[in-house]
Amino acid sequence: MKTHCSGVINMVNAGEMNGSGNLMDFLDEPFPDVGTYEDFHTIDWLREKSRDTDRHRKITSKSRESIWEFIKSLLDAWSGWVVMLLIGLLAGTLAGVIDLAVDWMTDLKEGVCLSAFWYSHEQCCWTSNETTFEDRDKCPLWQKWSELLVNQSEGASAYILNYFLYILWALSFAFLAVSLVRVFAPYACGSGIPEIKTILSGFIIRGYLGKWTLLIKTVTLVLVVSSGLSLGKEGPLVHVACCCGNFFSSLFSKYSKNEGKRREVLSAAAAAGVSVAFGAPIGGVLFSLEEVSYYFPLKTLWRSFFAALVAAFTLRSINPFGNSRLVLFYVEYHTPWYMAELFPFILLGVFGGLWGTLFIRCNIAWCRRRKTTQLGKYPVLEVIVVTAITAIIAYPNPYTRQSTSELISELFNDCGALESSQLCDYINDPNMTRPVDDIPDRPAGPGVYTAMWQLALALIFKIIITIFTFGMKIPSGLFIPSMAVGAMAGRMVGIGVEQLAYHHHDWIIFRNWCRPGADCVTPGLYAMVGAAACLGGVTRMTVSLVVIMFELTGGLEYIVPLMAAAVTSKWVADAFGKEGIYEAHIHLNGYPFLDVKDEFTHRTLATDVMRPRRGEPPLSVLTQDSMTVEDVETLIKETDYNGFPVVVSKDSERLIGFAQRRELILAIKNARQRQDGIVSNSIMYFTEEPPELPANSPHPLKLRRILNLSPFTVTDHTPMETVVDIFRKLGLRQCLVTRSGRLLGIITKKDVLRHMAQMANQDPESIMFN
Amino acid sequence: MLEVGEAFLGRRFSTEDAASPVTRRRKRKSRCRKRSGAEAGPDRAEMAAALAAGTTAWSGFLRLCFVFGLSFLALTGLLLVQLANAAKNFEDVRCKCICPPYKEHSGYIYNKNITQKDCDCLHVVEPMPVLGPDVEAYCLRCECKYEERSSVTIKVTIIIYLSILGLLLLYMVYLTLVEPILKRRLFGHSQLIQSDDDVGDHQPFANAHDVLARSRSRANVLNKVEYAQQRWKLQVQEQRKSVFDRHVVLS
Repeated sequence: MKTHCSGVINMVNAGEMNGSGNLMDFLDEPFPDVGTYEDFHTIDWLREKSRDTDRHRKITSKSRESIWEFIKSLLDAWSGWVVMLLIGLLAGTLAGVIDLAVDWMTDLKEGVCLSAFWYSHEQCCWTSNETTFEDRDKCPLWQKWSELLVNQSEGASAYILNYFLYILWALSFAFLAVSLVRVFAPYACGSGIPEIKTILSGFIIRGYLGKWTLLIKTVTLVLVVSSGLSLGKEGPLVHVACCCGNFFSSLFSKYSKNEGKRREVLSAAAAAGVSVAFGAPIGGVLFSLEEVSYYFPLKTLWRSFFAALVAAFTLRSINPFGNSRLVLFYVEYHTPWYMAELFPFILLGVFGGLWGTLFIRCNIAWCRRRKTTQLGKYPVLEVIVVTAITAIIAYPNPYTRQSTSELISELFNDCGALESSQLCDYINDPNMTRPVDDIPDRPAGPGVYTAMWQLALALIFKIIITIFTFGMKIPSGLFIPSMAVGAMAGRMVGIGVEQLAYHHHDWIIFRNWCRPGADCVTPGLYAMVGAAACLGGVTRMTVSLVVIMFELTGGLEYIVPLMAAAVTSKWVADAFGKEGIYEAHIHLNGYPFLDVKDEFTHRTLATDVMRPRRGEPPLSVLTQDSMTVEDVETLIKETDYNGFPVVVSKDSERLIGFAQRRELILAIKNARQRQDGIVSNSIMYFTEEPPELPANSPHPLKLRRILNLSPFTVTDHTPMETVVDIFRKLGLRQCLVTRSGRLLGIITKKDVLRHMAQMANQDPESIMFN
Repeated sequence: MLEVGEAFLGRRFSTEDAASPVTRRRKRKSRCRKRSGAEAGPDRAEMAAALAAGTTAWSGFLRLCFVFGLSFLALTGLLLVQLANAAKNFEDVRCKCICPPYKEHSGYIYNKNITQKDCDCLHVVEPMPVLGPDVEAYCLRCECKYEERSSVTIKVTIIIYLSILGLLLLYMVYLTLVEPILKRRLFGHSQLIQSDDDVGDHQPFANAHDVLARSRSRANVLNKVEYAQQRWKLQVQEQRKSVFDRHVVLS
């Protein structure tokens, strides 16, 4: 039996080195070389980098041998670009499918198209000739459910029937979504960005970026967005794009076998995800750089841009919104803004910061309650209850009945002469002969006043319900609800300023820049600024937010108001707490994420953090050549450390190197099975030459191969500031502490994170993973 | 074991990391056991090495073809989309002009299939309701927009999405309701009691261990598929435990 197992291992080794593989292998268990790290552990960045350098050097040296090898080396160099192209294509396609399906299913809650059931409301009435100016949205082909079932379109019974069916559809979509997530891919729930941030910093979560997660996340995302819940699709789209990135990188051995290189691909895929969510390629790259990625080499910058462009171009060819725009709320007006308006913009920034703080605190408290109490045992019931509440409260208010993207689009748009919504019900001057896009400020009609209090109610509702919605066991994103809250607040402030300017145009603050009869104030711009402020307050994005917003609006002249609001909201929100929503969720889950933005300013030393502390059992070490196989096996069985330092001997304690637990276990197992004469009493040695042994002693076991001869060491008086910096910049998992050359202790990443949590007066026991 | 990996920065790593994840130890053992019954003969190691060396070029070529094939598929998909756009429906392109009420004329919406450069009030609004000098004033108020869509894309997308959703629904119903009933009839009641998860949809996945242990015989495609399916079920069960039960991840 030994030969068969070793035969498997040898085939694995030879196979891995030559990059071969069978097409039927995807049904087999993955070969052990692929999954070299355990689940929920951190990778060794330096080792991955050195493996990649070795591979590259081997290919370069072989490329001079023959034409075929040269072509192979060219293909290896281009494989990165091919992967980016494929990721962009698939991400763009999936985003297009999601947009089209959401468009249709959202309208399904209210009615159905009789001529072709796959058309949404707008598409159904596209070809109709019966649309009139007054009822621009109605056409006989698309009927509400009450018209279809009981042949009535007005009246109390029709309203109640529509209401009831709306709730029914919303409940069925949400129930379907949570069941699919529960049965097929539990990792598909949530936003995905906190986990992707952790994965990109070196953590392994197997299955999080798998094919089933991709499929279920795409399918259920459509369902939950259509069900009218207060969530968005941007965060889940980043997860979907990263799943595509993982899938394509597993086709090339350059990326599938190297976890470090794979994370470069995932960074670029995240950029493509944001690019198709917002139609903002540059914003996507900056988002990946600022929010998601951990190490972002310059090579990744260019490749991310390429992936984001390909994704945006693919989405544009699918053309989901029928007008060659990538996002539903693309606006394109160029009315100027005035310096005096900076004051309300900054006020909106303050509102955004305050809302961000409120949301983060409440949401984390609710998620913690879900994690620790009985509430967490009924995920399906929770989703159904929240959907029911959302649907029941949302239907009566026209601003919450429509999908959030349409609401934002309506709020961002300026009121031309032809807008028929209530927000644009201004009192028009009948003698006005101005062209369409230069309407002066007008007094508000009754429709505007109705719209204002409806918006106020909708604002309060959205603020409250989003706290309970984000974090449920369904795919949920956070960008669109935040933008909706900000847009509603901004529009209300904008209309207020506009009416103030109209009715009191002789006040000192308006006199200089706003003459009667001029178009001074654009409430749509206030909505955009409010949306940027709220999004910045919650996620603490800076540059990427401004770039996304101005790519959304196409107007470079609005950069200054957007920046003012974003900066103000970030300052206000940072005054209350340093963490954005994603970092807060990372802390809630206890992921081992060493944030590059955290500053460590305490004056502790390495001795204060290293293990073993005073009173703890001494460090478990291996000696260079005096331990037997049995000793080592006992040590491994009794402790659960991930690695052991190797010293010269128990007396001198001078450090030789570091051995990983996993590799020790496998090396001993292989040796016992394969090599002759290895028994429990065999001496295990890490030196080049075997030690002097008396005659008749069993064959010694050489394990120098698995020894890391250059572990990172610091002295005991190294300040923790430096140690934290080393861990961050090099991506270390552990670091050894020596004094005068003798090994003193070990600091692991978990110890560093616990220490930082302790210094920040948080619970150090919340760090759960290695 | 072969050793490749030169000294780099004074450290030495071999590129073969013969390591299996902790959770997969059981399967690794069963895999070894699976092959233990094979015939004795020449050393498997040498045979395997020769086989690997011989198939290197072939499998490298296969991989290359696979990559090119995938790229071709993606590009042809894109081309098809363009073709579908080119051969559009007559009704999929239009210029829409909305004209508000003017004097005694009520507001009206005009649609016409016309090219983008001709999409303005003068070409689209027919018959013109006002005469002579009023035309310019009337047209200044009108807002004309060029719109196009692809009805084929919408239809294909929605139908594909609904079919995928339907398939997933059917599979879910099968896994949660039908499979336990079938297994109960085939294997009897006793095996289901072994699982300690008493929520309905855990039942089918709970038998994955037994099925894995049983499936060691003939390595044909069908058996491989079932083996892969049972392994997938185990993974999903693990994920479900971490997310829903222990709230360790994604809380």
